[in-house]
Amino acid sequence: MHEYSITESMLSLALEKANEASASRITRINLVVGELSGVVSECVQFYFDFLAKDTIASGAKLNFEMKPTQVRCHKCDNVFTPEDGNWACPKCHEAGIEIVSGRECHMESIEVE
Amino acid sequence: MTVKVIKVGEDILGANEEKARANKKRLDKHGVLTIDIMSSPGAGKTSLIMSTIKHMRDKARIAVIEGDVASSVDADKISEMGIPVVQINTGGGCHLDANMVENALNSLPLEDTDLLLIENVGNLICPNAFILGEDRRVMISSMPEGDDKPYKYPAMFADSDVVLLNKIDLQPHLDFDTEGFKKAVTGLNADVIIFPVSCKTGEGMEAWFGWLESAVKGKKNR
Repeated sequence: MHEYSITESMLSLALEKANEASASRITRINLVVGELSGVVSECVQFYFDFLAKDTIASGAKLNFEMKPTQVRCHKCDNVFTPEDGNWACPKCHEAGIEIVSGRECHMESIEVE
Repeated sequence: MTVKVIKVGEDILGANEEKARANKKRLDKHGVLTIDIMSSPGAGKTSLIMSTIKHMRDKARIAVIEGDVASSVDADKISEMGIPVVQINTGGGCHLDANMVENALNSLPLEDTDLLLIENVGNLICPNAFILGEDRRVMISSMPEGDDKPYKYPAMFADSDVVLLNKIDLQPHLDFDTEGFKKAVTGLNADVIIFPVSCKTGEGMEAWFGWLESAVKGKKNR
């Protein structure tokens, strides 16, 4: 259900932008989605096909650019991707980190006719 | 037909965020400290709210928004305590959003409220992605869930201002590494405050009440 509301918001944003540009059809929507956003692209596509029916976005292709999780170590500034659930810095082994990438959930652009 | 690319560069949840800012403004106007309480199902959100009401009701005027997939069991319990409460049934939705909260605010006496407790839907994945207009986010993680939860649901822990480690009365029966848990949580979120508590026995609750009381005062004196 998480993806349902995300898809609804995404579709309404795309339709708004297409309308502003007086476009007659949306052919592609380019999205950037981080691993930590909890958004499953297959689910979004599934809901999109259902929700976009009877709109100018019907049949549009969704393109997902997936962003991996990246964190920065507070102590040594090393930027790394946690692996196997290990969030400690592989360089200095400190546990203090901040998430720098992986939470993205935005629309980069739309392609219209 | 020529294909034209339109740059958007906007957050997909931008509409929710806009609505949340409007909710926040409305709550700020009335000086209502608003807390979004998030956790997995069964971690103790309703128990926390009920014991907080019992302890705080003479010190602050409290209202509650109850978010649940279905039923009004929790709202009924709170209503019996004589506290203004609105039940939101998300009808399968796994989180509250700013629009649902906006509607709920219309049914609450905001001018006579100091503290609004919002019980989010029990879920560790997405409630943190939807801001509601809250001042603070409080997460409950209970000992039976295990000490590995911070690394399984990092975004939720990273976004919380307070983490209540609940059900500490069960510690003797569990292999729960409290120090390891605290280290993991503060590793993800250096500014977080962790209160080990038991809503059942009351152990550790004074620290939580103290934090909440000063936050209510801080909001009033802004």
